Amino acid sequence: MERVPVLKIGDILLVSIQIDMEDQTALQLQEDLAERIVVTGCHGVIIDISALDIVDSFVGRTLATIASVSRVLDAETVVVGMRPAVAITLVELGLSLPGIRTALNVELGIEMLARSREDEYADDDEDEADPATVTTP
Amino acid sequence: MPLSPDEASRFADLLKGHAEKLATRWTDSVATSLRGRLSSAELQRQTGDLQKAFQQALAGGAVDVTDDAAAELRAQLAEISNSRARQGFNATETAVSVYALKDAMLEILGEQSDVATLRDYVAFSTFVDRAALFTFDNYVRVREALIADQAEQLLELSTPVVKLWEGVVAVPLVGTLDSARAQVVMERLLQTLVDTGSPYAIIDITGVPAVDTQVAQHILKTVVAARLMGADCIISGIRPQIAQTIVALGIEFGDIATKASLADALRYVLGKTSYRVVAAKRPER
Amino acid sequence: MNDESQRIPVSTDQDVVRVRQLVRTVAVAVKLSLVDQTKLVTAASELARNTLVYGMGGMVEVSRVHNDRRGGIRIVFADQGPGIVDLDLALTDGYTTGGGLGLGLSGARRLVDEFEIETEPGKGTTVTVVKWCR
Repeated sequence: MERVPVLKIGDILLVSIQIDMEDQTALQLQEDLAERIVVTGCHGVIIDISALDIVDSFVGRTLATIASVSRVLDAETVVVGMRPAVAITLVELGLSLPGIRTALNVELGIEMLARSREDEYADDDEDEADPATVTTP
Repeated sequence: MPLSPDEASRFADLLKGHAEKLATRWTDSVATSLRGRLSSAELQRQTGDLQKAFQQALAGGAVDVTDDAAAELRAQLAEISNSRARQGFNATETAVSVYALKDAMLEILGEQSDVATLRDYVAFSTFVDRAALFTFDNYVRVREALIADQAEQLLELSTPVVKLWEGVVAVPLVGTLDSARAQVVMERLLQTLVDTGSPYAIIDITGVPAVDTQVAQHILKTVVAARLMGADCIISGIRPQIAQTIVALGIEFGDIATKASLADALRYVLGKTSYRVVAAKRPER
Repeated sequence: MNDESQRIPVSTDQDVVRVRQLVRTVAVAVKLSLVDQTKLVTAASELARNTLVYGMGGMVEVSRVHNDRRGGIRIVFADQGPGIVDLDLALTDGYTTGGGLGLGLSGARRLVDEFEIETEPGKGTTVTVVKWCR
């Protein structure tokens, strides 16, 4: 079974899927990523799927799980480079990939991660500045 | 009344024996109906080829156009209908190019007037009719292919995707959107997003006369597909009647941004990026 | 009328990948548009996985077909698995017994031009799909 390499660039883990993945390979990637997020302490994951000529419901679900798991581990996931034909097919298939953030290419994905990191710190500052805002359930 | 092999070979001889006279008569008759829109040299060549093909088919014992011996004849007829269709001749003008052989033949037979000759001529006439029908069918097929090609070219022409600003593209839709065109627009737009790396697209429907459920579905699917790819779509130019239809049809545009005009849409998009549109201060005088 | 049909047994993950690649090759050969290729390969991937996971493995047959106007591809997914008890339910979006998203059958049906399913509990399931060139 082939494995998809995970690269670390600064605060980001970059995954570029270049092969037609078996289901097992996709699951392995899911595990590898969780592991690497914890080990590296990265706060962003970019998954480049521009080389994938199809995304079926299994790969779609794996991407969604990766996004959820990383979020729990305090890392934001952005899926980048989805081909138009793949997007049209996913719409027809009925798969809307809720909870997954997307960008057109790696560059825009990196920008998106940087922006959401900034927003997060800005929110933190506000919280400290205004301790009176407490919401009761 | 179909042609018998005997008759076929008799006519093959006639065609050969009176080749020159037939050709002249035939060419003249076709030339009259085409009213000089084809050079006489071209016409003579075509008629000559066709006559040879008829003669060969009949000499080979063909009693119908569909026979094996008539393969070369069919090829010639197909070529005639192809060139007539492409040069813009109508169906009658095309069919006459073949029918005219009957007149020419009648003239040659005219010198003899017994019953046997008449019977022969009717059979031969049936054969030519079949050949003309074959030509006609082929003509229609070629015309249909031409029309399909043109429709495709029109599709290509009528769906431009333009860059409005750094990171913002727009598709001004003009005319009726059917399923095929909506699909082309959708694919073209999404591909442009990738090629230009534009995270924003404005679909302007000012020029669309009516929106039905199917068209709305196509637009919605495009927006969802763009979102999956990481781009946002804004729909602009929704006219009052169309807004009424959309609501009446119960189509949910959900959280898709809609703006009255292309200008509003652009301002909205620039607002979401780092750009801001402000009036330039005039220098004090 | 058909020619050149190819069969692939499906019993592992790798076979699903093989089915995808074969369908892609044939789709290119019959000149499906890029979007239609993608739709068909995606549908084939869903259905081949169903054959593997729910049908306990089976056979996939890919053939080129023609009618009087155009060409296309027909794919048959056959298994001798447990079959489907409630077909209507199985074809409903979001319904699953296997922990998936429940989009395999219903989604694949939307991606092809013709979709036929024959199933008998205890005997197995055969799904036949056709995609025509535009």
